[in-house]
Amino acid sequence: MELQKFVENFAELFVDTDTAVFNAQTKFRDLEEWSSLIGLALIAMVDEQYGTKIKGEDIRVSQTIEDLYNVVKLRMA
Amino acid sequence: MNNNPFSLEGKVIFVTGASSGIGRAIAIECSKVGANLIITGRNEERLIATYDSLEGKIHLKIVADLQNENDTSKLVDELPELDGIVHCAGIVKTLPFQYVNKQDLNLIFDTNLMAPAIMSQMFLKKKKIKKNASIVFISSISGVMCALVGNSMYSASKGAVNGLVKGMALDLAPKGIRVNSVVPGMIETNILSEGSITQEQLQEDMKRYPLKRYGKPEEVAYATIYLLSDASKWVTGSNLLIDGGYTLL
Repeated sequence: MELQKFVENFAELFVDTDTAVFNAQTKFRDLEEWSSLIGLALIAMVDEQYGTKIKGEDIRVSQTIEDLYNVVKLRMA
Repeated sequence: MNNNPFSLEGKVIFVTGASSGIGRAIAIECSKVGANLIITGRNEERLIATYDSLEGKIHLKIVADLQNENDTSKLVDELPELDGIVHCAGIVKTLPFQYVNKQDLNLIFDTNLMAPAIMSQMFLKKKKIKKNASIVFISSISGVMCALVGNSMYSASKGAVNGLVKGMALDLAPKGIRVNSVVPGMIETNILSEGSITQEQLQEDMKRYPLKRYGKPEEVAYATIYLLSDASKWVTGSNLLIDGGYTLL
């Protein structure tokens, strides 16, 4: 699993936010478009693309997209 | 002689999904008002825990997977004639609509709609439902009155249950069998404990209820007891809303 690809998959959950905004250090909760619905979509995307389950609580304690990536990596291990 | 119209004294009531949550509360509360319970659920250990909490003596527990039509058919054969059925077994899967897929949709519909529909039909065909009996479906505000984010599959199944209740109520009226549903808002159970929704989000959601809390499983049980009892003899095809005022807003 690659960080850059994860950032791209994450960016695809958004509709109005410019993809140039997204990088590993992006604080996703500060994005105007971020919502609990995108949070649910993130859980579903991770399940579909990486075959593992993360929880709402994992998202709550993460700050950056890289934090999320690390959670997914941990779960896949 | 019992003059309380809300009593279930001597009535034989069958409850599905009785190993946890709302189903367990319904079984326990029905036993307190005199019913003889037959309870079923998938998890034996938890079903026994429900069974041990029942008041009174003449009850029966049967572990069964209602997804399996053979299991269901066997179970229906084994049961005595019933005065009431409570269809409480149900599942939820939170997925934003763009991730909805046939496999999950089938599983939710099989559990929430097909299983109770087919089982009811089997009971009727084998003449296991008494005249003047009452059938109660545990539905949801989601899909009937409103929708909850990320729960389109669940909402669709409960909307379908709502249609089923109306159709059954009409078709079974000549036999004096009543069919109703209870339509609860969010109830404190473990159904959302798979974790896609955080405790924090639940706390936030709770504030949206005019009565400022989620419902308790017993509160759904009390509504169910009303619909099973002779107090609701002239009530059929109805949806009893019990939601702390949520859908007023």
